[in-house]
Amino acid sequence: MISMIQFSDVLAWIHQLLSSCMAPWLVFLIELVVASVAAVVALLVCVIIMVYMERKVAGHMQLRHGPNRVGWHGVCQLFADIIKLLLKECFTPTRADKLLFVVAPVLSLCVSLLALAPISWGPGLVLWNTNIGVLFVTAISSMGVIGILMAGWSSNNKYALMGAMRSGAQIVSYELSAGLSIVAIVALAGTLNTGGIIESQANGWWILKGHLPAFFAFIIYIIASTAECNRAPFDLAEAESELTAGYHTEYSGMQFGIFYLNEYINMGVVSMVASTLFLGGWQPFYLPFDFGWAHAFNDIMALKFMETWPAWISWVSLAWPLVWFFGKLFLIIFFMMWFRWTFPRLRIDQLLKLEWKYLLPLSIVNLVIIALIVVLGLHF
Amino acid sequence: MKALYNYLKEVAFAFVSLANGLLLTLKYFVTPWKSIITENYPDNRANPSVADEFAGEVILIHDENNEHKCTACTLCQLACPNNSIQIISKQVETEDGKKKKVLDKWVYHLEMCTFCKQCIDACPQDAIKMTNSYELSCFDRSTLTKILNQPGSKLKEKPKVTAKVQE
Amino acid sequence: MENPIVTPSELKTEEFVVNIGPQHPATHGVLRVEATLDGEIIKDVLPHLGYIHRGIEKMTESLGYKQSIFLTSRMDYLSAHINNHVCALAIEKAAQIEVPARAKAIRIIMDELQRLTSHELWWGSCAMDIGAVTPFFLAFRDRERILELFEQNTGNRLTMSYIIPGGVMNDVRPDFVPKLKALIKSIKEYRKEYDQLITGNFIFQHRTQGIGILSKEQAISLGCTGPTARASGLSCDIRKLYPYDGYEKLDFKEVIDYGCDNWARYVVRMEEMNQSIHIIEQLLDNLPTGDYRTKLKGVLKLPAGEYYQRVESARGELGVYIVSDGGAKPYRMKFRTPCYSNLGAVKPISVGMKIADLMANMATIDLVIPDMDR
Ligand code: SF4
Ligand code: SF4
Repeated sequence: MISMIQFSDVLAWIHQLLSSCMAPWLVFLIELVVASVAAVVALLVCVIIMVYMERKVAGHMQLRHGPNRVGWHGVCQLFADIIKLLLKECFTPTRADKLLFVVAPVLSLCVSLLALAPISWGPGLVLWNTNIGVLFVTAISSMGVIGILMAGWSSNNKYALMGAMRSGAQIVSYELSAGLSIVAIVALAGTLNTGGIIESQANGWWILKGHLPAFFAFIIYIIASTAECNRAPFDLAEAESELTAGYHTEYSGMQFGIFYLNEYINMGVVSMVASTLFLGGWQPFYLPFDFGWAHAFNDIMALKFMETWPAWISWVSLAWPLVWFFGKLFLIIFFMMWFRWTFPRLRIDQLLKLEWKYLLPLSIVNLVIIALIVVLGLHF
Repeated sequence: MKALYNYLKEVAFAFVSLANGLLLTLKYFVTPWKSIITENYPDNRANPSVADEFAGEVILIHDENNEHKCTACTLCQLACPNNSIQIISKQVETEDGKKKKVLDKWVYHLEMCTFCKQCIDACPQDAIKMTNSYELSCFDRSTLTKILNQPGSKLKEKPKVTAKVQE
Repeated sequence: MENPIVTPSELKTEEFVVNIGPQHPATHGVLRVEATLDGEIIKDVLPHLGYIHRGIEKMTESLGYKQSIFLTSRMDYLSAHINNHVCALAIEKAAQIEVPARAKAIRIIMDELQRLTSHELWWGSCAMDIGAVTPFFLAFRDRERILELFEQNTGNRLTMSYIIPGGVMNDVRPDFVPKLKALIKSIKEYRKEYDQLITGNFIFQHRTQGIGILSKEQAISLGCTGPTARASGLSCDIRKLYPYDGYEKLDFKEVIDYGCDNWARYVVRMEEMNQSIHIIEQLLDNLPTGDYRTKLKGVLKLPAGEYYQRVESARGELGVYIVSDGGAKPYRMKFRTPCYSNLGAVKPISVGMKIADLMANMATIDLVIPDMDR
């Protein structure tokens, strides 16, 4: 990225400005709060777009218009729904475990928001620049199942319990192959830091540079993460035609809304991780070849032509990595939606068979091949 | 070796079959103007896509002189399986002093009608027909009981010529 | 020394009962299935009926024969024409009414169109029970075209009361044949999409193949009919065995599969759709002209006696048994509905399977709840 103004410059400038008039602990506190609120708000905006997108994608794939009543092409439908959910009573069944029942949605929301911390949104734009970023995300995302189990157990409903049990089995299994395909890229990049992984793809995304094994790892990751998010065709936890609504059968009002939100946040986080690891995060597309027009293409992608422009225009280039980041995010999300609205659901034993008999051995073999590639230095 | 070949073949088949389905949904997704079949219902009230033959509410046909053809023979009432028709007739005296049964009230209970067309089929005079109305819901049940003969309407006289022939 | 390991008796698991229905997305109506589960495995299935019992058989005893026909549309609301047809045939047989050739042809066309709508809807809901939602909308799109044709020609979309003793209620519109030809062409196109989206789908095939085995012996002893039994290798197509209204003159295949599983039932129904199209095509080009009905007296009276008539409905053998005492109202009218007998197959084919398979089984047997309860 050879743009003139970087996010790190802007952030450093803000930091200096604050430090010049405040005590260091106050600066830290303000920065912490502002940064986290900004990240959560950015994610919520993404979720709003995702929900709208899901409805439109589902609608158009099913020969319908999708929402088209509230606002222009139904863009305000979600807000109407949120108001409805907020106004509805949060009903708690009589024999339910009251405390856990209330805690479960909040807990799963917290867990999925936590996974947001080490995500790198743009160059230098990262909430928690830690050297164990990817490890942290994998660790946190496996905790999501606790909220689901809690919801299923505390509802005192057989459907909910079965949904939660299925979800537990499913997430624990698919964690493995998701983790192994993440490890494959970590081995290629040589770092666990999300920013570092993205920077290592400046000369080509891993999905291109890492030969076929990286591509396999990508496919395995997409399958496994779809399963981890409980999305169709792996939506056994809420299998509508079998368990009515699965683990959130008994939830209503905003408690249900939180589970709904949670599903989309999970999707967002998973897609962010996928784009970070395989598609170069906020890096623009780069051809890892060495001939005439490939160079020209890469120069355009890196906005080289902007260097000669006046400084005030080059501010625009700040948005360039964000465009790529969100573009990839929504591309992966579109794929997940596309799968959901096309495929039938798997059965629980087929689901576990797919993981333990096919994906897990495949990803282990894949990891070994990638390790060989790294050791022999075969990647670009 | 054979097993490996079969295994790979199965995996390839799986991907091809899944891709096939994905292509179909993608086709629908990218060509919404062609594929969307739903109607914007309350917006297209002006020209709804309901066939003229659609059997909706029963009406008594009145012509421009506010005359209908119902002779109050109650055949439709007998034919109706749901008792949704009540023919209330009265005796009137004609000019030549004869007593005659004429229609007083053609009561139609829309809430009990199943649109089975038995009454239309039974009517010997073709006095009633079904309109293609479909927005029949309402807030007050009593508005569903209707009197089909318009106030002041009377029986259409048979043309004199045929009457003479019959005599 | 005390054994620290827990003995199996302490780890004992319990079976538990889950009520699937009467309000459940998979039962497509108000059927309550009491499933005893051991984890995900089904141990026992006990269907409970009666949630939509309307007493249609008893109601016919206080209505005339003509009026009873409109009630039969409400039994199996997905094949209303066929239900009307069986009643009309029974009454015609009893009263010895001659039906014009045109009426017969129209009846068969309507029956087969009805079978197409029914199978299309079944295809959508079957896919939905297995977890794919999009096919449901495709099915509705295609069914809608046929329903539009029904609406234009019979006046109603779902409960037609169109086939009556003596013929049909009214003649078809002049543009019926060209419209139907265009329709048949588009249905053939759509059939390809069905295969592309669901039939060829790897997940769907694995969800259905080898699941829900109903052997031929079981099918016979449970009284299964229709595609459910034909998928077990039992030849039971009434259109072939006891032809009515000119089916004997038409060329079509009785679709039989020996797979006995959900996949076989799926394949049989899909192939039956092709056969229905084939039947309609034969009739379209030489639709007889002439009367569409024989005028009957206002009040129909059947000579005293017992009459039975059966037809092939979209789900199996539909029979009506009329006992007449010579009056204007039936003494007894009993319907032998296919879904009621086919429901019996749910238990033997589901026990030992996963709960998700129960949904697939109920979907491929194609249960219509009002048809069972009447
Ligand atoms: S359509 Fe049927 S139910 Fe309605 S009034 Fe006529 S006969 Fe009665
Ligand atoms: S509407 Fe027809 S059948 Fe009914 S009373 Fe009048 S003339 Fe008779």
